[in-house]
Amino acid sequence: MISSLITSFIVGGLFCVVGQILMDGLKLTPAHTLSTLVVVGSILDGIGLYEPLIDFAGAGATIPISSFGNSLTHGALIEAEKHGLIGVITGMFEVTSSGISAAIIFGVIGAFLFQNRNTTY
Amino acid sequence: MDQKQFDKIVERQTPKPVMFFSILKAFLIGGAICTIGQLITFFYIRFFPFTERTAANPTVATMIFIVMILTGTGLYKKISQVGGAGSAVPVTGFGNAVVSAAIEHKSEGYVLGVGGNIFKLAGSVIVFGVFSAFCVALIKTILVKMGVVSW
Repeated sequence: MISSLITSFIVGGLFCVVGQILMDGLKLTPAHTLSTLVVVGSILDGIGLYEPLIDFAGAGATIPISSFGNSLTHGALIEAEKHGLIGVITGMFEVTSSGISAAIIFGVIGAFLFQNRNTTY
Repeated sequence: MDQKQFDKIVERQTPKPVMFFSILKAFLIGGAICTIGQLITFFYIRFFPFTERTAANPTVATMIFIVMILTGTGLYKKISQVGGAGSAVPVTGFGNAVVSAAIEHKSEGYVLGVGGNIFKLAGSVIVFGVFSAFCVALIKTILVKMGVVSW
């Protein structure tokens, strides 16, 4: 248990280091950085590298935003395996539903509960 | 003064961020957030019928719930000032972008303000995530049909 906490700390930290280098070194905005990482995650899943990384690092690989691209691609590929090309479109949100639905639900609840006092990122 | 001279002066006057320390802070804060995520994953595996693979979904939802409270109370802004990419790259940064956009545009009303602007900051992640996933899955499906690679 302790060892998987350490691997998730290191792998998750390394993802953030990549993001920080993109932001500082290439002067990208946070939105550009996150979009780049999502695209990288989906390509890594396409060549079959992201699932082994999740097995190795657990939350260190599922919490960074690149896992969002991974799970979108993964859902599309699972459906494509069953139904062919049309599955690429229908399966897209199969795996990743919780991130988007939780963001919408808690976003609206947050708007009900809190007043605007300098919350912007 | 032409544009080039102006750019030079701007470059000289902008404070240079100390890159090593910002990277170190991103590593520590991002690693800490992922470790909390791993603890929540353990909780779901231990007390609910989730496997190591399926526990990622409720973990993400729980992290976004926590970040809603941190954003509403203004704490996440303080964390992100220290952490930089360490607080933006984990899914908590995505949640923070959604929740803060929802709270900020509440004054314009719930339909046009909250509903219309909730993905103002985080929308690009969803758009390019979906589009790149479509391209990658399409290419892989065609390659499998041609017999170049296997699933």
